[in-house]
Amino acid sequence: MGTLIVNVARGDATERRSERFEVPAYESQTVLDVVSWIQQNADPTLSYRFACRVGMCGSCAMMVNGVPRWTCRTHVQKVAKGGALQIAPLRNLPVIKDLVVDMDPFFDKWVAAKAVHHPSRGRAEPMAEIAPDEPGRVTASAGIECINCAICYAACDTVSGSPDYLGPAALQRAWTLVNDAKDGARDAILDAVSGQGGCHNCHSMGSCTTHCPNDLDPLSAIAGLKRETMRKALRRA
Amino acid sequence: MRRPLWFAFLLHRVSGLLLALFLPVHFWVLSLAVRDADALESFLSLTERPLVKLAEMGLVFLLAVHIFGGLRLMALELLGWSSGQKTAAAGAVALSLGAATLFLLRAI
Repeated sequence: MGTLIVNVARGDATERRSERFEVPAYESQTVLDVVSWIQQNADPTLSYRFACRVGMCGSCAMMVNGVPRWTCRTHVQKVAKGGALQIAPLRNLPVIKDLVVDMDPFFDKWVAAKAVHHPSRGRAEPMAEIAPDEPGRVTASAGIECINCAICYAACDTVSGSPDYLGPAALQRAWTLVNDAKDGARDAILDAVSGQGGCHNCHSMGSCTTHCPNDLDPLSAIAGLKRETMRKALRRA
Repeated sequence: MRRPLWFAFLLHRVSGLLLALFLPVHFWVLSLAVRDADALESFLSLTERPLVKLAEMGLVFLLAVHIFGGLRLMALELLGWSSGQKTAAAGAVALSLGAATLFLLRAI
């Protein structure tokens, strides 16, 4: 059994530093296992987030050797470089402490993109019948397995360059709703995503799609929003 | 995240900016054609210099890479062709280099 050299980013928003830990290496060890080992055996003051440990909750995302990853499903042997790991909090979000970031800006942008369900029928009315193979449903279904982990948001260089940009996750959610026949505010969503910081800020660098742990494709979703907002603007003209 | 499509973005942005800087000079030279034929002739004689030919090759590359890169983005965004973007971006650069080299070979 070998030893891993793990450098962990520590401190709060005002004072950042890196701390080195030596962690026993095991077979099939995940990055989250490493962080948990440090917290349980080396330094109980280390702050980090996790919940489900099976890639469903989206709370354990961190930067691992400079790449945003879901740490519970990331095997150390696949990402360690020369037996070493660099672990840091997610990029593009304010740090609260150690590996914990403030997710508020991320979720505020979901609201700003009007990426919430807008009911089109009351509870007394019958449910809308939508066939699973309807084109709109198929497009919406392609993006609904997002676990809100913010990995795409951390990977996005456009977010780094313009903090107002809504980001891949919020825009992808908006795109699923634009394609959802049950949503009653299609035009309001298209207006929300075409303004300042909207989908047209995207430079199509595709880091979101590359790094999404659930193999979703926000790049295509944002391209879809660009098409629809353009179509809407042309209709208006 | 320094990935191939990041470089494609950078190339598109830088080529666009350089072409925007080139345009006023281009129009100024064109204006010589109506204002001062001799001045135009003497300016155009500069294009015989090897270094200027090389610079022109660079210009052709910038123009081509901006056109092909722009077509790639339009296909991605308007037609939804989102697969194979790395290959498409590399193809745009290769095509542009080919066009620029062809230009230089014809110029010398």
